[in-house]
Amino acid sequence: MRITQGTFSFLPDLSDEQVARQVQYALGQGWAVSLEYTDDPHPRNVYWEMWGLPMFDQPNAGVVMDELRECRRAHGDCYVKLNAFDSTHGFETMRLSFIVHRPKQEARYRLRREESAGRLVRYTLERA
Amino acid sequence: MSQTASFPGAGTDQRTTGNTAARYKAGVMKYKQMGYWVPGYVPKDTDVIAVFRITPQEGVDPEEAAAAVAGESSTATWTVVWTDRLTACENYRAKAYEVQPVPGTEGQYFAWIAYELDLFEEGSIANLTASIIGNVFSFKPLKAARLEDMRFPVAYVKTFKGPPTGIVVERERLDKYGRPLLGATIKPKLGLSGKNYGRVVYEALLGGLDFTKDDENINSQPFMHWRDRFLFCMEAVQKAQAASGEIKGHYLNITAGTMEEMYKRAEFGRDLGSCIVMVDLVVGWTAIQSISNWARDNDRILHMHRAGHGTYTRQKNHGVSFRVIAKWLRLAGVDHLHAGTAVGKLEGDPMTVQGYYNVCRDAFTKQDLARGIFFDQDWAGIRKVMPVASGGIHAGQMHQLIDLFGDDVVLQFGGGTIGHPDGIRAGATANRVALEAMILARNEGRDIRNEGPEILATTAKTCKPLAAALMTWKDVTFNYASTDTPDFVPTASVA
Repeated sequence: MRITQGTFSFLPDLSDEQVARQVQYALGQGWAVSLEYTDDPHPRNVYWEMWGLPMFDQPNAGVVMDELRECRRAHGDCYVKLNAFDSTHGFETMRLSFIVHRPKQEARYRLRREESAGRLVRYTLERA
Repeated sequence: MSQTASFPGAGTDQRTTGNTAARYKAGVMKYKQMGYWVPGYVPKDTDVIAVFRITPQEGVDPEEAAAAVAGESSTATWTVVWTDRLTACENYRAKAYEVQPVPGTEGQYFAWIAYELDLFEEGSIANLTASIIGNVFSFKPLKAARLEDMRFPVAYVKTFKGPPTGIVVERERLDKYGRPLLGATIKPKLGLSGKNYGRVVYEALLGGLDFTKDDENINSQPFMHWRDRFLFCMEAVQKAQAASGEIKGHYLNITAGTMEEMYKRAEFGRDLGSCIVMVDLVVGWTAIQSISNWARDNDRILHMHRAGHGTYTRQKNHGVSFRVIAKWLRLAGVDHLHAGTAVGKLEGDPMTVQGYYNVCRDAFTKQDLARGIFFDQDWAGIRKVMPVASGGIHAGQMHQLIDLFGDDVVLQFGGGTIGHPDGIRAGATANRVALEAMILARNEGRDIRNEGPEILATTAKTCKPLAAALMTWKDVTFNYASTDTPDFVPTASVA
């Protein structure tokens, strides 16, 4: 199955040109773009590894795309996502976040069910 | 903007009580003369302000009618009472300070009334509403009255905790950014067994929705007791999460006959791992504030279904505007609020609906008369409510919905998911693909309002479920004139 986290997971994988246009949009909004990677995209894995710091003062999508190519080269067997962070008061959070690289073999998760009192089930998601 | 009425606010504070002994002589006297009409009064920053639309009976002076509303919603009764003199009564009297005819509507007037902060208990919507809408709507000298809007001072806003989660934290918990969230209400809304109901939840979530939803009247009926519904729905949610690697949710409706029963249901949902619970507006203000506290303590998102609101929000001559209900609910503390679709099957003039969305989502709401917003409102850092657009919408309207409402909204396609000719999963996929394609195009600088249909058609070439959805619902629109429009600025907008 395809991991469908991120803003554009139901579309075919974006080309670099498409990614660059989204980066340009994010920079145009004044957002800081950052890259993160992981080999464990468990939905509760909040802290993926940071590929450097968020690029706070970067006016140029080309530089972001160079970083993305570097990150992919170093972590081709991982998931890589691109985030755009908005520091505006009242937001101070991500405004866009989508997967820009997937490993050849997608991660799979399965449900562990622990039966409890009555028909209550305690669910845990673990790597298949 | 053509506007016949000038907005009040300028003028000097003056009291019209005159001779004190004469004022408190036993008997009946006009509300205007009792001190409830203070023309030119400049509201203090700490005053609560309300604007009513009033329809006085034939022969009743509109200023007297406004004074009567001020009186009956604060300290007055029908006759003079000497016990007023044991109080700093001028302080406690609400002050009607401006009356203007409603442009283009014979016999109706907007009346502005200011209330001293001391009139209200901190952190209690029940107390606020008991004053503001407690008595006046049955008052005989008025044919009809409607509460159009309110302004709350920051000091009062700060006495409420507001949404337990809010838009920012909800997105961070769900790990979903940059697009509206997608939902669907399970249909048929009554009659399915728990097992069959959960099947619909599973198919819809696996197909690509973020949320599914119980309808307002699904509680614990003979065909499906609540525990069954919770157990089957959460099995479906958990399975869909495992398959997609995405956080999913089902709004478990915990509405019940007593608070004790609601808490019991809320706790069972929590124990099964549900990230969200739901209540209906009909549970009442105190129950809403209590369950909001519970949601805060238990890290759950609180979804509010505005069941019943149409009985008092829809007719613009009488009742309470939904923008006021939305303000009260943001203070009371809900995370999701159904606020209209503008393009769907339920009532909603597009600009009026945008006004409700702004009330939910702004950090500071600016006066915006064309959208029905009469006052600046500083929300004092209180969290933002995620509006929900639900009712008669489908994938073919995706560009209109995103253009009207932006990213921070839950778009709920019930029939538009479950009624898909190729099944529920295909229906969900059609909606998700249409949504992502439209966001991608918008961010690339395309003019989605005009190019939307073309973007959908292109996307559908490589997505069969979307092609089938567009074909099935291509001619469905609900273009009826709206009943509720702002009127202060005479503009009628059409979906």
